[in-house]
Amino acid sequence: MKRLAWTGFGTACVFLQGCSGWQSALDPKGPAASELAWLIWFFTALCAVIWVLVMIALATPLLMRPLARSEPLALDSGADRRKLRVVVIAVGLTAAIVVGLTLLSFFANRTLAAIGSDAALTIRVTGHQWWWEVRYEDATPSRILTTANEIHIPAGEPVRLLLTSTDVIHSFWVPSLSGKLDLIPGHINVLDIKADKPGVYRGQCAEFCGAQHANMGTFIIAEPRAKFDAWWNDQLQPAGPPASDEAKAGEDLFLSRPCVMCHRIGGTPAGGTVAPDLTHIASRRTLAAGTLTMSRGNLAAWIADPQGVKPGSHMPVVELNGDELNAIVAYLEGLK
Amino acid sequence: MSSADLTSERDLPPKRETASKGDLAPEPDGPRDTGMDDASLHRWLTRAWRTPPGIIGALSSVDHKVIARRYLITAFIFLCLGGLNAVAMRVQLSGPQRGLIGPDLYNQLFTMHGVTMMFLFAVPIVQATGIYLVPLMVGTRNIAFPRLNAFGYWIYVSGGAFAWISFLLNMAPDVGWFAYVPLSGPEFSPGKRADVWAQMITYTEVSSLAVAVATIVTVFKQRAPGMSLDKIPLYVWALLVTSFVVVFAMPAVMITSTFLILDRLVGTHIFNPAEGGDALLFQHLFWFFGHPEVYIIFLPATGMVSSIIPAFARRPTFGHLGLVLSLISVGFLSFGLWVHHMFATGLPKLGASFFTASSMLIAIPNGVQIFCWLATLWDGRPVIRTPLLFVFGFFFIFVIGGLTGVMLASVPLDLQVHDTYFVVAHFHYVLIGGSVFPLLGAAYFWFPKITGRMMSERLGRWHFGLAFIGFNAAFFPMHLVGLWGMPRRVYTYSAELGWGNINLFISAGAMLFFLSFVLFTFNLIHGALKGAPAGDNPWDAGTLEWATSSPPPSYNFTRIPIVTNVEPLWAERETLPVATGLRVDVRELLISTVAEAHPDIREKSATPSIWPLLAAIAVGATFLYSIFTPWAIVWGAVPIALTLVGWFWPKGDPEDEE
Repeated sequence: MKRLAWTGFGTACVFLQGCSGWQSALDPKGPAASELAWLIWFFTALCAVIWVLVMIALATPLLMRPLARSEPLALDSGADRRKLRVVVIAVGLTAAIVVGLTLLSFFANRTLAAIGSDAALTIRVTGHQWWWEVRYEDATPSRILTTANEIHIPAGEPVRLLLTSTDVIHSFWVPSLSGKLDLIPGHINVLDIKADKPGVYRGQCAEFCGAQHANMGTFIIAEPRAKFDAWWNDQLQPAGPPASDEAKAGEDLFLSRPCVMCHRIGGTPAGGTVAPDLTHIASRRTLAAGTLTMSRGNLAAWIADPQGVKPGSHMPVVELNGDELNAIVAYLEGLK
Repeated sequence: MSSADLTSERDLPPKRETASKGDLAPEPDGPRDTGMDDASLHRWLTRAWRTPPGIIGALSSVDHKVIARRYLITAFIFLCLGGLNAVAMRVQLSGPQRGLIGPDLYNQLFTMHGVTMMFLFAVPIVQATGIYLVPLMVGTRNIAFPRLNAFGYWIYVSGGAFAWISFLLNMAPDVGWFAYVPLSGPEFSPGKRADVWAQMITYTEVSSLAVAVATIVTVFKQRAPGMSLDKIPLYVWALLVTSFVVVFAMPAVMITSTFLILDRLVGTHIFNPAEGGDALLFQHLFWFFGHPEVYIIFLPATGMVSSIIPAFARRPTFGHLGLVLSLISVGFLSFGLWVHHMFATGLPKLGASFFTASSMLIAIPNGVQIFCWLATLWDGRPVIRTPLLFVFGFFFIFVIGGLTGVMLASVPLDLQVHDTYFVVAHFHYVLIGGSVFPLLGAAYFWFPKITGRMMSERLGRWHFGLAFIGFNAAFFPMHLVGLWGMPRRVYTYSAELGWGNINLFISAGAMLFFLSFVLFTFNLIHGALKGAPAGDNPWDAGTLEWATSSPPPSYNFTRIPIVTNVEPLWAERETLPVATGLRVDVRELLISTVAEAHPDIREKSATPSIWPLLAAIAVGATFLYSIFTPWAIVWGAVPIALTLVGWFWPKGDPEDEE
């Protein structure tokens, strides 16, 4: 029965579009977003009540008796005194509400600050035009892991994100988990997030950062601790050898073309750091920071025509013939 | 004003002469208006105050009404252009992954939309309304510093033309109306686009500072005798407070845009974190201007509301003193809450909480205003005409915007909605609800004064209905789509996010809202050509601008009125008392004391001059050239100096010689 109710609710949400989306502040999946969703609803309800009262006060004179007075300056001082009393009370109530809301948001802020105070995992997220560099910090240097655009976290545990940027200001925002925080060059901001349950939560850059601000998505993938640890270990491995001749040809092409200038692939000489690390690119869900879903066709499209897929992006066009393109795609597709 | 039979006629004190100059030949004195009949007064005053004929004459005009009309028309054109930007954006966003407009053009569109609406429409139009109405409302013959006022207009036009010609040349700014560094810095915005932003800001700063200074002096020194501080109309108070806010806020953005130009043009590293500069500094400076900017746009609109409500509620505004005090406190507080635009930058929590408190605090004086207006309306059944309909629309919409503003003031809540469509919805509710609706009401209200003809009431009601429905359909759903995760300034979004249908709805609403302006334009033109004659005071309103003819003569008032009440025309039903003693053969103003408005001295008012235009051309060319080379400042200084010398060259007037 409960399930049925939820299904009904879900259908209603599909009708309303997006309120149960994976990028919605009204669909919280973590303690911070839950606190904020509660705050949003509370403020909204209170504001709605105030607004309705003001509208009633506005509509009242339209229903009142027509004006008896002919001269506008012939005022009834008794009526004005009564009005003054009402206005003073209304202003007093406004002040009380304002003080109440200020205190409420102050305490909500404290609740939010406490969420990540015992975070064990620290991830450095660096904004780039227009992708996210994700680095898992660890006391053991060999366990430091760099990846891009997708952030795997253990579910049910607070995680500390250190946010910064190397170019312009970006803003990290995964609404179903927490509020946003800017990535500012020269500054490091700390954002603690926690996902209650395993799942995929979408976010995107919220501060205008240039041509492809619209296509700067990110995913937080919350997994059970064991699965998360396994993922980390897998990602630490260098790229495996190409599985086919075509993929081998692709690797050679990759290493002999400008690709290596920007991208890194662990276990190969490719060591560029200005673009996403591709060591395990095929294990990710999307390409080009959430622009395309990961597939052979989309890989080919992205490499063949980056300016068509994401106009203005810093991925240049590399002249490749059909066979070469297929080879590189085959190679990248194998980088699980 | 009919002054055929005066109830009282008081002579002004003779012009002050200093003792040390006593040995000079007595100043040749021309005819005064004392005892002169209306017809000959009209002849004398017209000859002294009219704008000279011909094109050069028109370009030389310093009549505040002429300048204001030009401002109003120019700002309306920019409103239409900014609206077209919005229409283009809404077509692109009407569905997921639309390919109509690419990011390069889209980013220019939303930047031009913001820049045009804020700097080329909203601020100029509220100031222009003030240029027209303030001198009439305080009962004087022209604005103070009329040539500076004309100069301000020419600078504004050149700034606007500069921005829009850049847009046509595909070099319009594409960094957002607040152009955050480092994105707008030399490294990430090569080319001239960000320079266009920075210099366009400079033009508008100069012009709005000019208007603000002229307004302040007009209100302080040129009020009709008897208009003591407590009898100044609320609209004039609003413009006075706004002008002070302009004077204190504009220098902040002047510094911001100048620093940015310096970073870009001569390689200073003020905002470059790699060289010890700071990117956040830009935001602090910008928002120290940017938040008061909202009140620069909003406060004059409250003045319009305070003018329209009493006229149709048939009583003076309830709580006049309370409204004046809340205007002043809003002016002060507006400087203390800029940080709420920056909660997402990661400020220390305690500091952020302080700005939550200050941002919430401003709800109190704004609440006082709303309650006083409501109390004014409670006095029986108000007369419903189009201007009042727009005031009702203002209440409906602005109160929503104010309340969502309270939500944004809360730091934690803001972190969810900042830089999303929720904020887009919020500030359109505040700016369109709080400023454009009162402005539209004001257009219907003062149109008869400006043109002498009425706008159509029937079309006005249709216009209101269309605007009201279109606005709410376009902007209310934006609250929702923002909470559903849609950030601002995205040129597209993917279908899987589920924002498609609601965006289509929003776009349809936006088209409706745009259509309402087409209807408005038609009503304006129709009214100007074929409207019913209005008479001096079609609404039987109480302030001084209704005392003169519609449209007012070049000299505004045949005789300077004496003010006995905050609504002088209601207090003196038969005829207004007037003050006489001003010369009629030259442009002479009555200067009064700041607090009590006692008549103090007679003072010359500047005559028409072509030099403000020439100076504006020199300044404008310098600004334009300076986006290419810093040497422009050096070479540009020469023509600027020459035109200013021409402007201020002594005319051999005995008063100057003294």
